[in-house]
Amino acid sequence: MEKIWEIVRKEWSEVFKNRLVLGSVIVMPLIFTLLPLGILYSMQGSADVEMAEAAADMPEHFQAVCEGLSALACSQYFILLQFLSLFLLMPTIIPVTIASYSIVGEKNTHTLEPVLATPITTLELLMGKALAGVIPALSITWLSYGIFVAGTAILAVDDGIFRAVLSPVWLLSIFGIGALLSVAGVSLSIMISSRVNDPRAAEQLSSLVVIPLIAIFMGQAMGLIQFDLGLVIWTTIGMIVLDTVLLYFAIQLFQRETILTRWK
Amino acid sequence: MTDTMIYTNNLTKSFGENLAVDRLSLSIPAGEVFGLLGPNGAGKTTTIRMLAALIAPTGGEARVAGFQIGQQDREVRKAVGILTENPGMYNQLSAERNLSFFAKLYEVADIPGQVERYLRMLGLWDRRHEAVGTFSKGMRQKLAIARALLHEPRVLYLDEPTSGLDPEASRIVRDFIAELRHEGRTIIICTHNLNEADRLCDRVAVFRSELLALDTPTNLRRQIFGRRVVFHLAEVTPALLDAVRAYGFVQQAEVLEDKLVVTLDDPEAQNPLLVTALVGAGAQVRFVGELRRSLEDVYLHLVNPQKEAN
Ligand SMILES: Nc1ncnc2c1ncn2[C@@H]1O[C@H](COP(=O)(O)OP(=O)(O)OP(=O)(O)O)[C@@H](O)[C@H]1O
Ligand SMILES: [Mg+2]
Repeated sequence: MEKIWEIVRKEWSEVFKNRLVLGSVIVMPLIFTLLPLGILYSMQGSADVEMAEAAADMPEHFQAVCEGLSALACSQYFILLQFLSLFLLMPTIIPVTIASYSIVGEKNTHTLEPVLATPITTLELLMGKALAGVIPALSITWLSYGIFVAGTAILAVDDGIFRAVLSPVWLLSIFGIGALLSVAGVSLSIMISSRVNDPRAAEQLSSLVVIPLIAIFMGQAMGLIQFDLGLVIWTTIGMIVLDTVLLYFAIQLFQRETILTRWK
Repeated sequence: MTDTMIYTNNLTKSFGENLAVDRLSLSIPAGEVFGLLGPNGAGKTTTIRMLAALIAPTGGEARVAGFQIGQQDREVRKAVGILTENPGMYNQLSAERNLSFFAKLYEVADIPGQVERYLRMLGLWDRRHEAVGTFSKGMRQKLAIARALLHEPRVLYLDEPTSGLDPEASRIVRDFIAELRHEGRTIIICTHNLNEADRLCDRVAVFRSELLALDTPTNLRRQIFGRRVVFHLAEVTPALLDAVRAYGFVQQAEVLEDKLVVTLDDPEAQNPLLVTALVGAGAQVRFVGELRRSLEDVYLHLVNPQKEAN
């Protein structure tokens, strides 16, 4: 455990010296937190009537999501809900960025062999690399979510909205799916980093892991799917399966001999 | 045999069809400095990696510091230090931080103490806070050697320790290795610098996938070329050559400019007879010396026998 923590600390002191990494770790959460709150703020002035009309235009299934909310509150919540899938981009992209830079970086500087020569187990090394990405990703995501919830409490027209962003749909998404996505991001980065020698290429390829998220976002925006508890639970189950498969392959690839002789 | 630090028996590694190391059998006693010589692609790095429990042999067995490769790999890794062929460092981090990180992974008890000890020993203490990315190749190499020693390993592998260094840096590294031998460590050095092997190593193995020869540098020279004595004469005539060749113990006699070069197995006993014979045949002997073949000659002869014959 001590060794894992030492690796995590080393990764951080290296990887956060990189402006690209630091930028993506800071800028994205800022945007994704402030944007929904900004929209909420701008909606405060809107007249009830206008909103009621807007609510009437909404797809029928959506009214089910808004159970117990006023028309204005419902339209506000509808907009916030669009941001939930974007909120999940953070725990996915941050570990992908950190892991890509850290693993490809070690490959290029030839530091993996001396590390592998120490009595550390490859699982400890993998854990260190993974946690170095997952810990900041989840801390930042959860912090952003906290700010978002607090902002909602202040800016939302209705207490119902505040309760809604703390509903199981949100909690399970942010804490469950978010964590699972970060693990998927790290595992995929490890696999791709073993084949690629440019950290940016590794980052971009690994970022393909966000495609399902984008699909959900689009489907939701087009009214094809709704972000209800059913979807969240099924996504969680799907992610557990996906993580298991990705982690299995990442661990297979992360063996001393494989790293030294087959990583290119 | 507690005295044997490294033991291999038919150690083999193939990468698919390619037999990188072929049935290598070695026995290296504790405290020996052992040279592994061979052309590019001979399998030196592969051998070192197997003996450091980094990659698994595909055949044979090996024991290092009493631990079985393949079964006690963790113990092997604790007992050995390795300077890898491409010793990378974390360029953004300071020299001190680089070492303390590895010390932690090596489970060193007194990390600051050991880091300081080796930084001082290699003359890097004053620059310990500087990022390694700013270091010269020589400084990086010294730092990498320090890293290999932090946990005080009983066995040390050095894969081309002076490659790419200027003569002065090479000398510092070489002197340092020479000092290490006094601490009783067992050291294996892979090198293309035969001069270095000659000076540092107790024994050398010449090797290209399989073992070609193994002995002390002096014995290798003797075995392969015999001992050659040069007689510097005022003038070399065919009659003198015949006079020398008349002796049964003369393995070979040839003329090189104004020198007569004779191959003997026991020059101390046989030289006086030859000098007497030469003088008797009218030669003026100006000087007698031994023609020392370099380890490089031995090496080239072993690695490239056909070329030598041409
Ligand atoms: N990962 C690998 N995959 C396939 N073949 C390999 C691999 N590593 C080494 N080899 C092969 O094994 C043989 C020995 O290589 P090795 O690196 O051990 O040689 P070496 O003696 O250290 O050479 P050099 O003096 O160039 O460092 C070579 O033919 C090489 O191509
Ligand atoms: Mg090599």
